[in-house]
Amino acid sequence: MNDMSKDKNIDIQIYNFAYLDENTKRMIRRALLKALCIPGYQVPFSSREMPMPYGWGTGGIQVTSACLIPKDVLKVIDQGADDTTNAVSIRKFFQKTANVAVTEKTSDASLIQTRHRIPETKLKEQQILVYQVPIPEPLRFLEPRETETRKMHALSEYGLMFVKLYEDIAKHGHIETAYAYPVKTNGNYVTDPSPIPKFDNPKMNNNPAIQLFGAGREQRIYAIPPYTNVKSLDFEDYPFEAMKANFKCSICGSSDSYLDEIIVSDDGKRSYICSDTDYCKEQTQLNSKEEDQ
Amino acid sequence: MYVAVKGGEKAIDNAHSWMSEIRRGDPSVPNVSLNQITEQLTLGVDRVMSEGSLYDKDLAALAIKQSRGDLIEAIFLLRAYRTTLKRFSYSKPIDTANMLCLRRISATFKDIPGGQKLGPTFDYTHRLLDFKLLAENETPLSPTQQFENKKVPHVLSFLNQEDLMQKEKDNNLDPIDITREPISFPTSRAARLQALSRGDEGFLLGLAYSTQRGYARNHAFVGELRIGLVEIELNIPELGFDINVAEIILTECETVNQFQGSKIEPPQFTRGYGLVFGQTERKALAMALIDRALRWKELGEDYSGAPAQDEEFVISHCDNIQATGFLEHIKLPHYVDFQSELELIRKIRADAKRNVKRL
Repeated sequence: MNDMSKDKNIDIQIYNFAYLDENTKRMIRRALLKALCIPGYQVPFSSREMPMPYGWGTGGIQVTSACLIPKDVLKVIDQGADDTTNAVSIRKFFQKTANVAVTEKTSDASLIQTRHRIPETKLKEQQILVYQVPIPEPLRFLEPRETETRKMHALSEYGLMFVKLYEDIAKHGHIETAYAYPVKTNGNYVTDPSPIPKFDNPKMNNNPAIQLFGAGREQRIYAIPPYTNVKSLDFEDYPFEAMKANFKCSICGSSDSYLDEIIVSDDGKRSYICSDTDYCKEQTQLNSKEEDQ
Repeated sequence: MYVAVKGGEKAIDNAHSWMSEIRRGDPSVPNVSLNQITEQLTLGVDRVMSEGSLYDKDLAALAIKQSRGDLIEAIFLLRAYRTTLKRFSYSKPIDTANMLCLRRISATFKDIPGGQKLGPTFDYTHRLLDFKLLAENETPLSPTQQFENKKVPHVLSFLNQEDLMQKEKDNNLDPIDITREPISFPTSRAARLQALSRGDEGFLLGLAYSTQRGYARNHAFVGELRIGLVEIELNIPELGFDINVAEIILTECETVNQFQGSKIEPPQFTRGYGLVFGQTERKALAMALIDRALRWKELGEDYSGAPAQDEEFVISHCDNIQATGFLEHIKLPHYVDFQSELELIRKIRADAKRNVKRL
């Protein structure tokens, strides 16, 4: 234990609080403020090389680094879980460089960095949710050129996106997007929600927490301020539909949380469990309390 | 049950300690020293410094050792270290005309003032494995092994005199620092050259090669390739004069390319430019060819749709640290996204089956 705290002190001495130097943090905070003022607008920022690879959460890490203060309580999840490898790695990084308190409990956290999920537990005011974003441009796979897509956003020229959604329906009867399902923020910019399953999309709407998005490799930051209207794109006759596996969690029995499918035997038997490990734990505790009573 | 994603922390620690052991290899074999790397794997060190965009041989050697010889991993280590360094000043522009050359060749003129100098090169060697190197105690000696002791003029300056070479105009703007400002497209040549200079050698090589094979073909003559020492000068406002803070080795390549002329300009030779840290000849050549291909707009040439002409394509994809990070991130868990795809594909398949039955 002594050794560990010694190591921590050394790391804190070598690097600034939360790793990034204050000038870089200021640059990121400016981008964040701009992003909050123009909900859904992708603000270019001078992303730094981090000691983790691009594509592994460097955008989220930089945003977290710029937001962290010593009294913060940090939660890091990947795929909804606190103990997935990359979540462990990122949490350790901030424990080492910022020495902040960490938690797995969604309701105890002041700042949550996430990859691919929004926690099941409702977020509150004063909480910050930081998303790791691989491709911030929702139009990228329709038009790869940034020079074009920026124009399309500026002119609200989103016809191409609606044509894509329409073609999906014409071909398959469904919109063929299961995750990273595009949303319109504050009735204005079409925004990439990061690769969360579309099950999570409705949670973005009118959320009391601040939602910040960091794309390190692509050098973009965007944001959704608290209580902002976020609407998943759809058609009147084909309304948006959140989707999850139609089962119950085999641990906590929950039927309203997003489920991961796991293969439990060599003959391919499936079982379903909550992707949000904290929510699953909470539900299990609630269940056992009820049983006790 | 439900063990698949548990134990991440312990698994990571175990993997890393195993990796450290494997990195060291057989402990009965002597540990490789940083001196050995800087002295004997010089070109690897140079590549790591150039693409890591940090000129420090010892740190580059350390990165190579730590990365087990994976140069892209080494470049990454150096880049990650680089961002933590304070930017206290910008040096004065380097004047490569003052370079003390180790090597200097021109493919356009047989004889040039200052002379051609082959220097330490693999060119004209026969690529035969040299089994003498198996004996570990060889110490080859060379009768000539000096840097030039006087500066030599740029070969292309002689074409400038006749106005045959397009003059580069100074736009008097401070170039952006692409490590401090995000690039937005269309961008400046200065930003492009910065990105190319730290870009991946393999990517640049392939793209440059594609221009030679007809994708935006513009035949390049190597007007001059020079490798040598230059001084880095810093202006210290408190002192009121410049001081020499470092000497570094650079590779500079200037190509002479045909230019048919356009509606507004008579035919003239144009330049492709490459400048890279260290002895990094292949990279500097490739950079010059790509720089020239990217100049089509400025020169009023046709856009043929070739990848090497496409600024956004080239610059967005030349950085190997960005590329390798994003490529390798697909190893990370994607359970959640995959699950949503599973649900969707099952739903669509079920619908399709129902439709078939109806038919």
